[in-house]
Amino acid sequence: MNKIRYNNYRKIKELVLRNSMLFLTVISLSFAVIIGISLYYKSVPILDQQSLWSLLSGESWRPLKGEFGFYPFIMGTLWVTGIAILISLPLCLLSAIYLSEYAAPYIKKIVFPMVDVLAGIPPVVYGVWGILVVVPFISTTLAPHFVEFSTGYSVLAGAIVLAIMIIPLMISVFIEIFDALPGGLREASLSLGATNWQTIKKVVLRKSFPGLAAAVILALSRAFGETIAVLMVCGNVSEVPNSVFDPAYPLPALIANNYGEMMSIPMYDSALMLSALLLFVIILAFNAISRLVLIRIEKNFAL
Amino acid sequence: MIPNLLRIEKHIDSPTEKFKVMKESQNQVAVDQIFKTKPHISVRNLNVYLTKNHILKNVSLDIPDKAITCIIGPSGCGKTTLLKTFNRLLQNSVDVKIEGEVLVDGVNIHGKDVEVENIRKKMGLLSQRPCPLPMSIFDNVAYGPRIHGTRNKRKLYEIVKNQLEAVGLWEEVKERLKAPAIRLSIGQQQRLCLARGLAVSPEIILGDEATSALDPIATTKIEQLFLSLKKEYSIVLVTHTLRQARRIADYVAFMYMGELIEFGSATEIFTNPKHQLTRDYIGGSFS
Amino acid sequence: MEEKIFKALMMAATMIIVVSLFMIIVAVVKRGLPAMSWDMVSKIPGGGFYIGKEGGLLNAIIGSLYIVIGSITLGLSFSLPIVLYINLYLPEKSRLAQFTRLSFDVLFGIPSIVYGAFGFTLMVYLGLRSSLFAGILTVTFLIVPILIRSIDEVVRRVPKEMMDAALSLGATRSEIIKPILRQVAPGIITAIILSVGRGIGDAASVLFTAGYTDSIPTSLSQPVATLPLAIFFQLSSPIVEVQDRAYAAALILTFIVLVLSLAGRYYSRKFSKNKI
Repeated sequence: MNKIRYNNYRKIKELVLRNSMLFLTVISLSFAVIIGISLYYKSVPILDQQSLWSLLSGESWRPLKGEFGFYPFIMGTLWVTGIAILISLPLCLLSAIYLSEYAAPYIKKIVFPMVDVLAGIPPVVYGVWGILVVVPFISTTLAPHFVEFSTGYSVLAGAIVLAIMIIPLMISVFIEIFDALPGGLREASLSLGATNWQTIKKVVLRKSFPGLAAAVILALSRAFGETIAVLMVCGNVSEVPNSVFDPAYPLPALIANNYGEMMSIPMYDSALMLSALLLFVIILAFNAISRLVLIRIEKNFAL
Repeated sequence: MIPNLLRIEKHIDSPTEKFKVMKESQNQVAVDQIFKTKPHISVRNLNVYLTKNHILKNVSLDIPDKAITCIIGPSGCGKTTLLKTFNRLLQNSVDVKIEGEVLVDGVNIHGKDVEVENIRKKMGLLSQRPCPLPMSIFDNVAYGPRIHGTRNKRKLYEIVKNQLEAVGLWEEVKERLKAPAIRLSIGQQQRLCLARGLAVSPEIILGDEATSALDPIATTKIEQLFLSLKKEYSIVLVTHTLRQARRIADYVAFMYMGELIEFGSATEIFTNPKHQLTRDYIGGSFS
Repeated sequence: MEEKIFKALMMAATMIIVVSLFMIIVAVVKRGLPAMSWDMVSKIPGGGFYIGKEGGLLNAIIGSLYIVIGSITLGLSFSLPIVLYINLYLPEKSRLAQFTRLSFDVLFGIPSIVYGAFGFTLMVYLGLRSSLFAGILTVTFLIVPILIRSIDEVVRRVPKEMMDAALSLGATRSEIIKPILRQVAPGIITAIILSVGRGIGDAASVLFTAGYTDSIPTSLSQPVATLPLAIFFQLSSPIVEVQDRAYAAALILTFIVLVLSLAGRYYSRKFSKNKI
């Protein structure tokens, strides 16, 4: 009798645990949808008033007059992230090739933990570094060679800080991709008499191209969304930048900077939530694409 | 061709089937002579598909009670898969499809109302490499009884002591029952796993190449344990080494490419195999 | 020849990366160390965080601690069941499991400012003010993907034979959770360390939701300061003493992150040693 009751207790416990875990899993899957819907719901008021296109292409941002043009912010984001990628892509690619194809184990043992630390440093500390080092460097040393005057708080400052910030992500995905290449591929090429370098150029890089592209997209979307560090060094002037020494005002910075006043001006919060929604959708898409590519690569190489 | 140890089933009508049954019942006489008792596990027309590969092809087999049955055959022949269907550990993947029946004490374990925990409790499993759970030696053996409801500390201690004695480990570990099981030597770990399996008082012991990771001395210990345990348990061992089967098997099943080629008493299989493939395998033409 | 040039370039690139790390640490230490004092870590700011010259950062240190402890607890109680479910109950290669993994990979990439904005919307919807609770909630959103991804990584590597061994004793699937958790405990600690690092350093998510205050909150509904916010807000002050507080906070934060990453290394190495 006791035994039966105990077995029933086990059965019920199993059933309850199993179903509550399933419930949590399903809920968690709808999480992205919930974020999307709630941000959309918040941006409906402004979308009712103006078309998405006119908002995106509008150049003037005067919340008090009800003018919400996102164009300068979109351009600001593109400038900063574009240049950041231009800086960090060659660095990461060269360094990743070196670390996975040439470097002695002890060098990896030194460099990998450092990349880890770099990944762990909070954005706000990067921002502090930007203010202490990068901005003065640009305004006193670099900019005078090119333009008459720059405060240093500029596209370039944002891009440099951002470039360093995305290095850990990019480099670790790059190395993962190189490591995932079947070893036989390299040996086949080497045994045909190709040099190490030729093998890297013709076989390794070519074979891993889709993965590298996916990694760049991943890094790009990380850069798109980075807020605090960029905000601290890029000047935040809502005009389309003309050179790298001009200030810029990226979208995430726009959201972060104005949260204090957004409740008091009509449509302001709706406009800001719309920009959050834009960021969310773009980054979601970018991430999903690159993750799918990376998963496929992993599978193909595993076979 | 395949010596099917089917008992005559009721639902056989067609003439050809009847002929087969006649043939089989001739076979049956021999089988009844070698079987001292009722079969413990009966496999009926078992087909297993993994992704789209046909892993087990229409296997039918009776595992005798209180004896050691060795399943032999070249790697990839489906030995391990067959073993895993016995305690339903195979169904853990989306790609698996199982047809046919596995009867344990006359109950189809793939039936709907069967509780899988009860089936597994009936069978202790020894895997290729010993897998102690990440806990102390004592807790490893006590794990099974605990989940099945034994809370009494003295009782648990009794069980642990008895089972560790049964596998000859008690003297070696009684001073350090609280030590992590992972610290034991690999041979000791395997005996611990056996004790852990015995602690839930199973009726059957399944061994999946249980000695392949062990050194010769540890292997001998485990084999002797099997020989002494067969008085109380039905033991099914998948083994890759023919010599082991020669040493300890009472019955031998030879499998090849997912089919059961031959089943019979160990002496019969090793001295006078009926099938050419069996002869070749035992003669060492392939492995 | 070409190879030599490129090899030199590669080494230079690696050097640049390593050097930039040192530059960051040196810059933060050089500016932050003179600003450090015992008062900095033991007192709350006096006379307002933006203008007051007195006091230290205790409010932000304790606030960060509260936020991290709260969100790790909350985050674990979400992520552990999910990870266990997809690894224990769902068969290998199950669509649902793969989809769950993908979706958390993707959520991992969502920037913290979006979580912040979402947290803010949720907060307004629920009628909450910016508070410790709202901050904890938002940081939880932020770290759940990290927790799930990294715990899943270790649970997946639990030898299948070990699960089979426990199951073959007649355990139900929920009964083998305990040994599995014991097996992956070091991995879970590594995951926690990782998410503490992310959670403690992030400003954009709590910018909207945590509020900011000079005092230490005594209940979940009071606003709270955090270290990154202390840096962000106080840096823009014209008063040098207030800026000093920001740089000191940056130093503290960097120190915490360095310690965490060392600890993470240590634990993950210990874990790989124990792996069978």
